[in-house]
Amino acid sequence: MNRIDERFRRLKEAGECALIPYLTAGDPDLATTQALTLEFERRGADLLEIGVPFSDPLADGVTIQRASQRALLGGTTLTRILEMVRVIRSSCDLPLLLMSYANPIFHFGFARFAKEATAAGVDGLIVPDLPPEEAFELIEAAVSHGLHTVFLLAPTSSRERVQKIAAASRGFIYYVSLRGVTGARSSISDDLEATIRMIRVETDKPLAVGFGISNPAQVRMVARVADGVIVGSAIVSLLERNGGSGDLVKRAGDFVASLKAATRASQGEGH
Amino acid sequence: MAALADLEQVYLKAKADPNFESEMRGYLRNYVGRPTPLYFAERLTEHLGGARIYLKREDLCHTGAHKINNTLGQILLTRRMGKPRVIAETGAGQHGVATATVAARFGLVCEVFMGTEDMRRQALNVVRMRLLGAKVIPVEAGSRTLKDAINEAMRDWVTNIDTTHYILGSVLGAHPYPMMVRDFQSVIGRETRDQMLEAEGRLPDYLVACVGGGSNSIGLFFDFLDEPSIRMIGVEAGGLGIGSGRHAARFATGELGILHGTMSFVLQDSDGQIQTTHSVSAGLDYPSVGPEHSYYRDLGRIDYVSATDAEALEAFQLLSELEGLIPALESAHAVAHVRKLAPTLERNQIVVVNLSGRGDKDVEVAATLLGRSGDASQVGEG
Repeated sequence: MNRIDERFRRLKEAGECALIPYLTAGDPDLATTQALTLEFERRGADLLEIGVPFSDPLADGVTIQRASQRALLGGTTLTRILEMVRVIRSSCDLPLLLMSYANPIFHFGFARFAKEATAAGVDGLIVPDLPPEEAFELIEAAVSHGLHTVFLLAPTSSRERVQKIAAASRGFIYYVSLRGVTGARSSISDDLEATIRMIRVETDKPLAVGFGISNPAQVRMVARVADGVIVGSAIVSLLERNGGSGDLVKRAGDFVASLKAATRASQGEGH
Repeated sequence: MAALADLEQVYLKAKADPNFESEMRGYLRNYVGRPTPLYFAERLTEHLGGARIYLKREDLCHTGAHKINNTLGQILLTRRMGKPRVIAETGAGQHGVATATVAARFGLVCEVFMGTEDMRRQALNVVRMRLLGAKVIPVEAGSRTLKDAINEAMRDWVTNIDTTHYILGSVLGAHPYPMMVRDFQSVIGRETRDQMLEAEGRLPDYLVACVGGGSNSIGLFFDFLDEPSIRMIGVEAGGLGIGSGRHAARFATGELGILHGTMSFVLQDSDGQIQTTHSVSAGLDYPSVGPEHSYYRDLGRIDYVSATDAEALEAFQLLSELEGLIPALESAHAVAHVRKLAPTLERNQIVVVNLSGRGDKDVEVAATLLGRSGDASQVGEG
């Protein structure tokens, strides 16, 4: 069984919402990414999304754009990221998803990527600039290796689109909670609950919500209605602010622990 | 995706609507100034001593380039969609000016994204956009050129999708843009056909146009694709030379890739990261090319060559001196290739070059480059 399915199954039994932190691989270097991954697992993260840096990150705001620049300047490549995952896998059970723009994996070769990523211990893949109708080749390669493909639903998605994306997504569905690019926001959408209810009519698959969620209060709100909460830019921003500090990993870990606690708090309120 | 699907529907509906057609025709005639002339370049022909050279005078369009053929079509669609705001990317500034112009004409809010490197080298067009009431938003990311402006425009579009239409300026991006922009630009080729038949009683032997994203070239070529006797040549930016690695000749060293929602030839490194490009001409300085060009290239229907910065500057000067026409540096790349091509052809053969824009915007850059070295062949980086 894919680690992602296994994790969501266990969380559902426990009545808990998944915390899914995001890291840009290689920001500031791959050794730090590796240390952060292990720390996040220890501090309560349920899954981890690892961003493959790209020169032209269209769906990302300035925080992750800068992180991608730093990672690329440091020589981070897809091959080295897969090598890092292989190393981590021996001591880490966290379900790992790569988030990559289409071109780096297209250039690597979809079939070769699916094979090598799975062998390294990657469980899922998110490609923000590849909609399911253009992803046939990738989905086929991923399915044959047991790699889950997660597609993005936008607030503008029609009912037909919800069905199409739900059908193409494996593991969970990524709901983009706002119109725009990644980056911390002061408030999250009011109609989130209504939209999620609409999506749940169409699918039983777990629903994780991301984009713009940046603090425990927002996590608590989203966790009431979603199966997973994705926090990216707020973590990347913390790493940027604390770059060079000796306890960077611990500070990031503290933040992740506070986010995880918020997912549990909301469950408590629900009872 | 939803916005793209909506746009396609609105466009296809408009295309089938005779009212839209007549509205377009009216504005193209009375506002843009179409049809643009097909001009026989007598002295250039004599100078090169080969084929008869005609210039399709898109430089005479209102705003000084072919770009307005497309922005006019898209602004009329924007009105049909009822959106109050338009955004655009721009490289050379011609598309930005053309968007700001139609936005002013129809009273819509307009913001244009432009790389700061391009703002520097096309400063005149920045002033023009501001005079037209548009806001020019500087883009500092990446190479600070066209590619980065498109990234930023796309980010804005997904954020403001309810109120905003993105007037993409070339045959790039996701469907329906490449098709729609091509359709709006194909008026160039349709006019050329009629004008050529009137002038010479036959169709041309060669069509030559510069290729950045590829809208002026596909605009000229599209109507002739089914004429097997006509050869078509797209001229890319050779920058400092293909061997230097500093160019924007996608078909010379690029590979298939995915950028800005479309699969086409892309200049990229061995990890699939998009490479920075170089050209003296901001309008050709882009690492990918319209997907339809890749298609016709693979079919062998259109040939692609490149002209270097230095060759383009020489052609820029030559056309100015021989014909009294100062071409855009982009269009000068097409003229540069004709300098090589025409002398190899018979005197009864006919070449049509798309003079896609005028060069007022480039005089400062050209003066600096030509003046500094005193010899265009010595010209280096801008």
